[in-house]
Formats: sequence, structure tokens, C-alpha cells
Amino acid sequence: MNFSYPEFLVKVSENCIKCRRCIKECSFGVFSWDGEKIKINHEKCVACHRCAACCPASAITILKYPVSFKENHLWTEEILRDIKKQADTGGKILTGCGNDKPYPVLWDKMLIDACQVTNPSIDPLREPMELRTYLGKKPEKLEFWHDKSGEIKLTTVMEPQIKLETPVIFAGMSYGAVSLNVHLILARAAKELGTIMNTGEGGLPQELLPYKDHIVVQIASGRFGVNLEYLNSCAAIEIKIGQGAKPGIGGHLPGEKVTEEISRTRMIPAGTDAISPAPHHDIYSIEDLRQLIYAIKEATRYRKPVGVKIAAVHNVAAIASGVVRAGADIITIDGFRGGTGASPKVIRDHAGLPIEIALARVDEQLRKEGIRHLASIVASGGIRSSADVLKAIALGADAVAIGTAALIALGCHLCQKCYTGLCAWGITTQKPELTRRLNVEEGALRVTNLVKAWNLEIKEILGALGINSIESLRGNRERLRGIDLDEVYLDVLGIKPAGR
Amino acid sequence: MIEPLFSKDISGCAIVGIINTKGKPIKGDVITEAISVMHERSNGLGGGFAAYGIYPEYKEYYAFHIMFLDEGIKESVEAYLQEKMVLVKSEDIPIRKKMSFLNTPILWRYFLEVPQSKLTPKITEEDYVVSIVMNINKRFKGAFVFSSGKNMGVFKGVGYPEDISRFYRLEEYEGYLWTAHGRFPTNTPGWWGGAHPFALLDWSVVHNGEISSYGINKRYVETFGYECSLLTDTEVIVCLLDLMIRRHRLPIDIALNALAPPFWSEIDSMEKNMREALTALRIVYGSALLNGPFSIIIANSESMIGLTDRIMLRPFVAAKKDDFVYMASEEAAIREICPEPDAVWSPKGGEPVVARLEVQI
Repeated sequence: MNFSYPEFLVKVSENCIKCRRCIKECSFGVFSWDGEKIKINHEKCVACHRCAACCPASAITILKYPVSFKENHLWTEEILRDIKKQADTGGKILTGCGNDKPYPVLWDKMLIDACQVTNPSIDPLREPMELRTYLGKKPEKLEFWHDKSGEIKLTTVMEPQIKLETPVIFAGMSYGAVSLNVHLILARAAKELGTIMNTGEGGLPQELLPYKDHIVVQIASGRFGVNLEYLNSCAAIEIKIGQGAKPGIGGHLPGEKVTEEISRTRMIPAGTDAISPAPHHDIYSIEDLRQLIYAIKEATRYRKPVGVKIAAVHNVAAIASGVVRAGADIITIDGFRGGTGASPKVIRDHAGLPIEIALARVDEQLRKEGIRHLASIVASGGIRSSADVLKAIALGADAVAIGTAALIALGCHLCQKCYTGLCAWGITTQKPELTRRLNVEEGALRVTNLVKAWNLEIKEILGALGINSIESLRGNRERLRGIDLDEVYLDVLGIKPAGR
Repeated sequence: MIEPLFSKDISGCAIVGIINTKGKPIKGDVITEAISVMHERSNGLGGGFAAYGIYPEYKEYYAFHIMFLDEGIKESVEAYLQEKMVLVKSEDIPIRKKMSFLNTPILWRYFLEVPQSKLTPKITEEDYVVSIVMNINKRFKGAFVFSSGKNMGVFKGVGYPEDISRFYRLEEYEGYLWTAHGRFPTNTPGWWGGAHPFALLDWSVVHNGEISSYGINKRYVETFGYECSLLTDTEVIVCLLDLMIRRHRLPIDIALNALAPPFWSEIDSMEKNMREALTALRIVYGSALLNGPFSIIIANSESMIGLTDRIMLRPFVAAKKDDFVYMASEEAAIREICPEPDAVWSPKGGEPVVARLEVQI
């Protein structure tokens, strides 16, 4: 006997015109036709809202399945469901997207300052507002040379930098986890916005080559698709050590998702499982990481920044310091709210740290050690709005990476079923009938719109702060105040409480 | 003496500066006349002056002006100075004792030499002096070094600048370069240390404005070992200048460009050398950008520099007459002491006005 029962209740009202579109749209098989009317299998509904969004008669409603569990704060409905599921299957519970548990969201406990009287705010519609950001290693100081005519020339040789026209970049999401159309959308949007997208660990589809100056290619423990051409077809290279949604855990793309195209891009046989081991098997310590960083720098003749992505874990500040000392030009810190295509639920929900805390600690640690200039910091993992971007930069990030937010702009409803390969919105699936639901042109416009809207809002807030360039906000924690936070949190975040 | 309660100094202000580029002496009453014209720009909670060339007989020695809360702290600081420096002369700073101000501290000056034994190839004489100043200001509660250069001195307190000038008997001093400040703070109590100018070694700054980027400017200089003990935003400008010009040896024009750089759109259209130089400057020294409204007059023994923020949110006027260069918040202040200048102009936002001393003093 199966003890599990539906999570959602799907209702079709009398408005239904029996067009049967919902049957086509639902990739999870909720709907079928019994000859006269729509039949519903509630058990299969994941609340992705594809049917409701597409129903021409607005006849579909989706509700939480109305069974009342006896109220219990220890044995919650979710716990009961999980236990039953595991008793049914004997397996670990998989999930997608980021940690959805009610841990404190510290972004919502920080308030931004604004100018009044003594300091004029600046109108972004009338005055220039600069968001330009450079990622890469900076020298501690510059040297100049004066010639006789008074002409000044820079003599310091600068390390390679990535120029961004917005402090928002796109987070690593692999071809395989997401569809090719998602990659194309992000690449186009990145080009349009003057920013970068990240291939994730699944290699670089040939279709992305025209956008290579806006692409960061990733090297993860599976080393999929890595060769010299890959390393040289990009703006920067990122070594992925960890991911916020599953710190310490590798990846597993099931064979059925490894299509011909993905097999070519990942350079593995079609239909075989693509396994990313938990650690890199050539990195068992920090000195091994240094070797890999420099091997990549050698291979690319020191022309491209090499970044390292780590998950936010308890000792993140010391780890980040080691990574920077190992030679990373950019360090990406991914908080525990970061998304995933597939992760064991127990890890996603219980391991790691909020990005707010990790970011604050890493920035402070690098400054204390006098090595903050050696690497740019990218913060990711649950960035939801321009306010989050702004607060992250004020805490010390050079830029933030968004993944989930960009996918939501494309239709994602956070149903957390990415690992099934059935995404009805064509995002985390390889089925051609589903991926073609995502129109590249329209998608690129939507993502571009999102970031442009955030840029406008960031400029608006900068103006209110009396600041006309993003670098004057970077690490400027003086303009943040904590509300509803105890002294320990305030200390860790390095901000004052509201009222001081 | 009261310690500041707030970590940010919010104030509107009056500033003025005079230099004679041939090094001819100017009496202290001249600048006092100029600053007093702008009485309305201050509220009696801070006034101060920096004067260069005033200690010719002790010009080889570091002149420390220190304010003390009481005799006890004075004794411990003096013991510390005896241990770390060679004390050449110690005396009280001459004042008009009958004038009364809020919280007047004990004001003393010391002429000091650095013992060569304390220096290593890594620590220059100036580094050493900076560390002594920072140490006293940070660790000796109730003592504050407000001037530490050679052949120059800062005089400041809680009062209108013209009263502070009389209090310190500035009409008795002669210098080739003077700057002055009248303060209109909105939130700090009468703490003498909080008045301007702020000085470190022979750098001094008078500042009208509020630095919206203060949080990062401060954290930036802290990574290089500076400690902003006063917790006011002006002090950080002095640290930035010391860092960029003395320690990093950036050309002065370049360092000023870091404080108030051109916009990217301007940099992008510059010719190659300048474009590369300024692009790198903004990439590397972005944390030194002073954002927010300001006009400042920066001085050292060789020059006087006026600068406003990039979009000129505070007033600033410059003028020239023969060997004199004047800078002020208001033209009226200049006209008061130089009714018919050869030229008067209002520089563009972010464009520095530099007046250099043309002789060796």
C-alpha cells in the first residue's frame, strides 16, 4: 500500500471549453481525456501552473490538497510526507531549486540609508549614474611615468579584467540541467546588457560561440567538455568547487537526459550517466587548487581571469582567503539559498550558510589580511531583487550572480521538479517538445528587461544615497543598518543597528 | 574634552585658502578677515586654521600640536613621546586665556625628532611618525594629536573661526600658506578634535561637505594600516592623500583624479594613454573615490589644492592676484582681502585647482 497522497488539488470549472490544451501542456501527466471530459490525476500535479497559465478559459485552479493533518510543530506535514515517501521507495529524496526552509532572510533585516538636507540626493534622470564594474585581480597600487611634455603613461601592467556594465551577472547553469534555449537566452541577454553568463559544468554548446566574450566557462569535477578550445572560447574560466544548494556534493545527470547534443558538448557517450564526483579528484587540498589555477592560466597564456566558485560553508572566510592566495582572480561564493537542478533534499535544506553572512565574513577577512584587491568577490544564492543586489554590494560584493531570478523571468514557478527532466516551461528539460516552448528571442528580451529594470532601481537607490558610482557603495556598510538583529548578527555582518 | 558620539560628521561649512607662490609671509589676520565674512556659514561649533612656514627656527623638527583632557593624560603621552622620539622643545601653545570656550582642552606643542635607531629599510621616518600619531590618537584616551608636520601647524577649536583665531593669537604668526574653516555641524557635540583642518604630517584638509562614500573610504585606508580614530569623514581624506601620494607615490594630479575621477563616458573618449591611465586608476583606486557633495582645500608645504566633487554639489571659487592664489566657498571672502583680483573663476566639478610654491622654503 502506498501511504503518500497528493500535494495539490486541480479543479477544472464549468468554464472549461474542452479544448484539451491542458492535456498537451502538462508534461507531468495530470490531465487526460475520458471521451467526454477532462480527467484529473491530482497525484501528479507539481503546481508549476503551466496549465492554468495556458488555459484559454481560465478554468483551472490549483489548491493545496485539502487534507488537514493533526497540527504538530515537530512532525510537520512535510516531514510526514517525506517519511512516507522514503518508506515507499527506500531512496534519498531528490529536489530542485534552492533551500525553501524558513531560515532568516537577512536581506530583509537590512535597511538602506538615504540623503536628507545636509547631503543632496542625486537625480538619476539628470545626472550620470555609473554601474560599470571590473572583475579580476587588481594590483595594490599603480605606477605612472611622466614624460617631458607632462604626458602621463601607466607603467603597471594590469591583469586581465572583465568589464561589466551592470553588477549583475548570470550564475552557472549547465547545458543538461537547463535546455540549450536557456543558454542561448542568457548568452544573448548577457551580450545585450554588457555582462556575462556562465556555462555551468556541462561544456560549451557550439551555438554559443558567437557570444564567447560574454561567457564564463566552468570546470567542475566531471571536467565535461574541457579542452583547449573551450578554455579559449570565453571571457573567463571558473573552477567550480562547490555549489550553495549542495555543498560537498557532486552532480548526477541521468543517462536519459544525455542526448546526442549533450553527449557532444560534454564529450561523453550518449545515454550514459554524467557523473560529477563530489571532490575534484586532482584537488585534495589547497596546493592542488593552486596547480589547477596556474595550469589554466598557462593554457590561456594569462589572458583570462580564472575564478573559483565555492559554497558558503561554516569556515568560508578562511577557505576564501586560501583560494585567493592560491591565485584565484575572482571568487564566487554561493549561499545556501542557491538553486540546483538536482540535489538530495537533506543537503539542500540543512547544509551551508546564508550568502549574507558568508559574503560579509569573506570581504572582512580579505581586508584584514590586506588581500582584498587580489580577487573580485561575486555573491550568489538567493538574490531576488535590486534591493538584494544593492545590499550585497554594500556588504562588499563586486558583483552578484543570479540564476533562479532569471529562470523565474522565463516562466519558472519554483515547483522544484527540475531533476525530473519534465519542466513544463522548457527550462530544465531536454525534451524537444518542451524546450521549444521557450522562445529564444522573447526569453532574451524578458531576461534583459529584468536586469535593465534592476539597473534602473539600483541607480534610483544610488541617487537617494547621494552616490553616483557603484564603487562608492561597494563595501560601504556605513549605509546599511540592521533591524531586528542581535549583536552577534550585527557583528558578523559588520553593520550598525537601526537608530545608531 | 568630549569624545564624538556619532561616527559621521555631518556639516555644512565655509572654507578659504591663501598661498603666496613666492613664499612671502602672510599674517594670520588676513585669512581671519576672509573667513569671518562667511560667518553665516558656521554656527560657532568649530573653527580652525592651518598655517605653513610658521616655525622657521624649528623647521627640521616635527611640530606636534596635542590637546589633552587633563594633566594625567598629558603626563602619560609625554612619557610615551620621550620613549619613542627625541624631544627638542615642549611648550604651551600661546592663547588668550581670558577668552572662554566650551570644553577648552590643555593645548601643548612639541618639536620632535625621530631617533634614527627606530628606522629600518621598511619603515621610513614618515611611516614612523604616522604610526606614533595614530597610536596616541587611538590608545591614549583624552589625548589627540591635531598637527604633526614640519614648519606648519593647525590651530582649531569649538567656536567661530574669527574667535578661534583671536584665541590662538594667530595675528602673531606669519606663513606663506594659510587655510581656514568655519563649521556648521548638525550633530556633533563641542569636541575640539572634531574641528577642521585635519592634518597628518604636513598634509592638511579643510572640507565643506559630507562624504557619502565614507564607509568604504575608511575601510579601504584601514587595509593599509590607517586608523580613523576621530570617526569623522574628513580625516579619511588625509589618510587617502597620504596613502596615494606619499606611500604609493602617485603623481598629485593622478591622485586627485582618484578622489574625483572623470565619468566613464569621458574616459572612454580620451586618447589612448590617458584612457588607459584613468581606466586603471578607477579600477584600482575605486575605493578612494570621494562620493557626495564636497569642496575641499588640501595643503602641504609645497602646494595648495582646491577640489570639488564630480558634479560640484558645494560652492567653490578661485582667484589670482600677482603671486597670490585664493580659494574659497564664496567670492565675497576673496574680495574682502583682495578687492581686485586679476582673475576669478569657478572651476568645473572634479577639476582640481593646483597652486604650487615656486621657491624652496
